Amino acid sequence: MIDALGTPQSLLLLGGTSDIGLAIAYRYLSLRRIRIVLAGRASDRLDAASARLIAAGASVETVEFDAANTDPHESLIEGIFAMGDIDVAVVAFGLLDQQCIGDLRPSRAVEIARVNYLGAVSVGVTLARAMCRQGHGAIVALSSVAGERVRGSNFLYGSTKAGMDAFYTGLGDCLAGSGVRVVVVRPGHVRTKMTAHLPDAPLATTPDAVAAAVTNAVWSGRQQVWVPRLMRPVMSVLRHLPRSVFRRLPL
Amino acid sequence: MTGGRLLTGWGGTAPTRATVLSSGDGPALAEAVRYAGERGVIARGLGRSYGDAACNGGGIVVNMTARADVLAWDLDRGLISVEAGLSLNELLALAIPHGWFVPVLPGTGQVTIGGAISADVHGKNHHAGGTFCRHVASFDLLTADGLVRTVTPNADFEVFWATAGGMGLTGLVLRATVRLVQVETAWMVVDTERAADLDTVLAELADGDERYPYSAAWVDLGTGGARTGRGVLTRGRHARRDDLPPAMRSGSLLYRPRHQLTVPPGVPRQVLNRCSLSMFNEAWYRRAPRHRRGELQPMSDFLYPLDAVGRWNRLYGSRGFVQYQFVLPFGAEVALRRVVAQITASKHAPFLAVLKRLGSADPGPLSFPIAGWTLALDLAASPELGPLLDQLDDLVAEAGGRVYLAKDARMRASVLPRMYSRLDDFRAIREALDPRRVFNSDLARRLAL
Repeated sequence: MIDALGTPQSLLLLGGTSDIGLAIAYRYLSLRRIRIVLAGRASDRLDAASARLIAAGASVETVEFDAANTDPHESLIEGIFAMGDIDVAVVAFGLLDQQCIGDLRPSRAVEIARVNYLGAVSVGVTLARAMCRQGHGAIVALSSVAGERVRGSNFLYGSTKAGMDAFYTGLGDCLAGSGVRVVVVRPGHVRTKMTAHLPDAPLATTPDAVAAAVTNAVWSGRQQVWVPRLMRPVMSVLRHLPRSVFRRLPL
Repeated sequence: MTGGRLLTGWGGTAPTRATVLSSGDGPALAEAVRYAGERGVIARGLGRSYGDAACNGGGIVVNMTARADVLAWDLDRGLISVEAGLSLNELLALAIPHGWFVPVLPGTGQVTIGGAISADVHGKNHHAGGTFCRHVASFDLLTADGLVRTVTPNADFEVFWATAGGMGLTGLVLRATVRLVQVETAWMVVDTERAADLDTVLAELADGDERYPYSAAWVDLGTGGARTGRGVLTRGRHARRDDLPPAMRSGSLLYRPRHQLTVPPGVPRQVLNRCSLSMFNEAWYRRAPRHRRGELQPMSDFLYPLDAVGRWNRLYGSRGFVQYQFVLPFGAEVALRRVVAQITASKHAPFLAVLKRLGSADPGPLSFPIAGWTLALDLAASPELGPLLDQLDDLVAEAGGRVYLAKDARMRASVLPRMYSRLDDFRAIREALDPRRVFNSDLARRLAL
């Protein structure tokens, strides 16, 4: 149960090594000892994340999960719910490549699309069905401002996020009245391991700031979160720029 | 009739969706129990539990309020058998004209008989009259096997007292027989007085135990400094016929339910803020007489302070509120003062805190009252409140106290065994009655009852 004051008892991180996902976990752990399920590909990083969460007071289970391989998703997630209610599930996996068209292999493009969009769709439907059965819960989808208006320099990642953002936004409306809420999070540039190779962008933010916005939205019932908040008016302007102008911006 | 609905407790927090079964007849209920899915079934009355006791996400919630008939009435002995969905206020309105009175009434009459048993409610007269279940002669319980058994405190001591305060987890209470007590009038003789600080309130309440069967104090926890815990004591007893002026004696048993103004929906949550609360608290204190003796008050005004305004829970806006009610044993006044100090020092000002003395405990393993001080406070829900209340839980548990489950919406499961030392007794009885966990609720899952 997410209690009356917004603290969950259990948290599922799909993409168990995601910096933002783990920041959300630590934020809840600073309030209470909670149960955390880390789902990700088996790796030293996953084990290390689990060890740190245990040290911070969580009870942790790790589950082997590959976002790109959608076939086992349903049985895997159902298995997690069979162990006990999941109050908050964070869809935190994603791939980000910055490549110009000359270097982009079609197979890599498809892989990114498979993880970021198909993987997100696959777990989204499964989570929604499982949470509807328990009559409560929150699905947190980590989208990105990159999907709000897709840039030429980041068109592949942007297009996958546009798709997953639309999917989760619509899913949230579909679930109105079910007791299950969907929080779509649109951060700007977040300084994480995924973006370590990129230069800082304007309005850059941190995993902790995103986590604070997420826990606040889970409590208040807000379904759409921009981090930082200034991103909302900024993106609103960018969205309405004529294409010929937008294309020339140094973004 | 069934339908899916989002449900919350009276505090309006943490909605979950359940299939609501508006109970028609007994066989339909027995069938619902027999074929319950893995999320189980819980009874719901008028939804006055503040937290999630009558919510059951993904499961079935049985709305009991349609079952509200009077089944048998022994006017000579004051025994009345009713269906569990009848409210205490309706029961009182039926009984009073015949000179009978419901011996335990909580701060609102909008509680069903089934709810009163499941939370083993107490009233302003707990130190004299005990909990509600002390006055229950028997009840019919639909248990997990789909059978209805009549439970009495003598023949089925364990099941009776596990159900008393058992939050609906032993079965569905279908009917109950309540022992009423005699009164001469529908009026109370009330003394009201102000007390300038917490110590005076405590001393006055302790001093009045013998003289007043009914007592409670409102205390101001929004004001710091020397005035912390200043309060207004209201204490009283039933009026006898000769307490009434002659002109009123002929209609002495005329019961007037409280006339209600109702708060409309959509109140913004900013309405109750630190400033409006402190103004309210100041006004409430000032408006009380310094000292007034022997005032005649209609029973409903005195007994149901919470029913003065309908749907007052809406004042907290869409995010809702929590009520924190705990009891600390006599002798733990140091802990009580520490709790008060922590609340006053925080930025969470409570609106109307109520302090009262409880008498000795009844045998229910989860029944809330133990001999001691109970304090109840309403607080607007916010995430920042969590750590404060978790701290207070630890303080209360360490001092031998406990939190009231009918009010709880946020406690950690790990503190519960420290508060209810006989939790394992309850679990054993539940295991024996309901190994499949047919009866389940959000509260039960959250606290691993």
